[in-house]
Amino acid sequence: MAASLAFAGLLFAVLAGQALAPGARRRAARLRGGRPAPAAPDFDPGRERRAEQRARELLRSCVGEREWAMYRDLGFISVAGGIGPRPAGYAYLIYPHRPIVAYVPGERRLLSEYCVRFPDGERPYGSDRLPDADDVLAKWLALTADERCLVGEANMHLPGRQIDPDAVRGDITRLERWEGAGLPADANVRAA
Amino acid sequence: MRLLRMKPGHGEIVVAEGDVEVSEDEQRLIETFRRELDSGLWAAVPLQDKSGRRRATMVRDFSEVPRDAERVIFFPRAAGG
Repeated sequence: MAASLAFAGLLFAVLAGQALAPGARRRAARLRGGRPAPAAPDFDPGRERRAEQRARELLRSCVGEREWAMYRDLGFISVAGGIGPRPAGYAYLIYPHRPIVAYVPGERRLLSEYCVRFPDGERPYGSDRLPDADDVLAKWLALTADERCLVGEANMHLPGRQIDPDAVRGDITRLERWEGAGLPADANVRAA
Repeated sequence: MRLLRMKPGHGEIVVAEGDVEVSEDEQRLIETFRRELDSGLWAAVPLQDKSGRRRATMVRDFSEVPRDAERVIFFPRAAGG
């Protein structure tokens, strides 16, 4: 009985401490004469959803219907590599907020991962993270405009550093099916 | 022509809009373009060639923007992740 009461008391103390911690830190800062740390803005799922919707419209208007449908149905976009109109024999998979993956179409051979971010220093709502579709569009713009520049800015790694290679090969399979059918590859629509 | 800027938590915002053939509008577009670039952003113009292929071109000066471009998109500079 005593042990139960002691455990309940300890649990209450821990929970109360966590609940009061932010306010206590601000009060402590005031007592020290410093300025209290600004409270982090609340995450607003509605705002983020509207932002993503807006970003999707912009993405659609820039990349064209085929790539847009690819993103909508599969959750990523495939872009041919190389400069100029002739295919270079490799391509990139552009995922939102994940590394760009270079691969050889047809062989499902992965070449490398390019880890790149587009952090917004202004952090308008406390986050430097663009909406998913804007992140994809930023990668697409930079890659199709100046592939060498983007690759040069990115951290290059062997496949498997951040993304499971088997998952990427699975995505390439889904892409091939999608391109063959002209329809969504499966019911697992990730970006809808 | 519209100058758009990607923004976290919002999507794109229109930072300037005008007709490049109208002197006052063009001046405002040039000033806004310079300000956005000076704040550290990259600028790209989405294009479509005669075959329908979509791509983009990076621009570092307003004079590089095609006169018939409908929009310029500003977005944060890339950084190694």
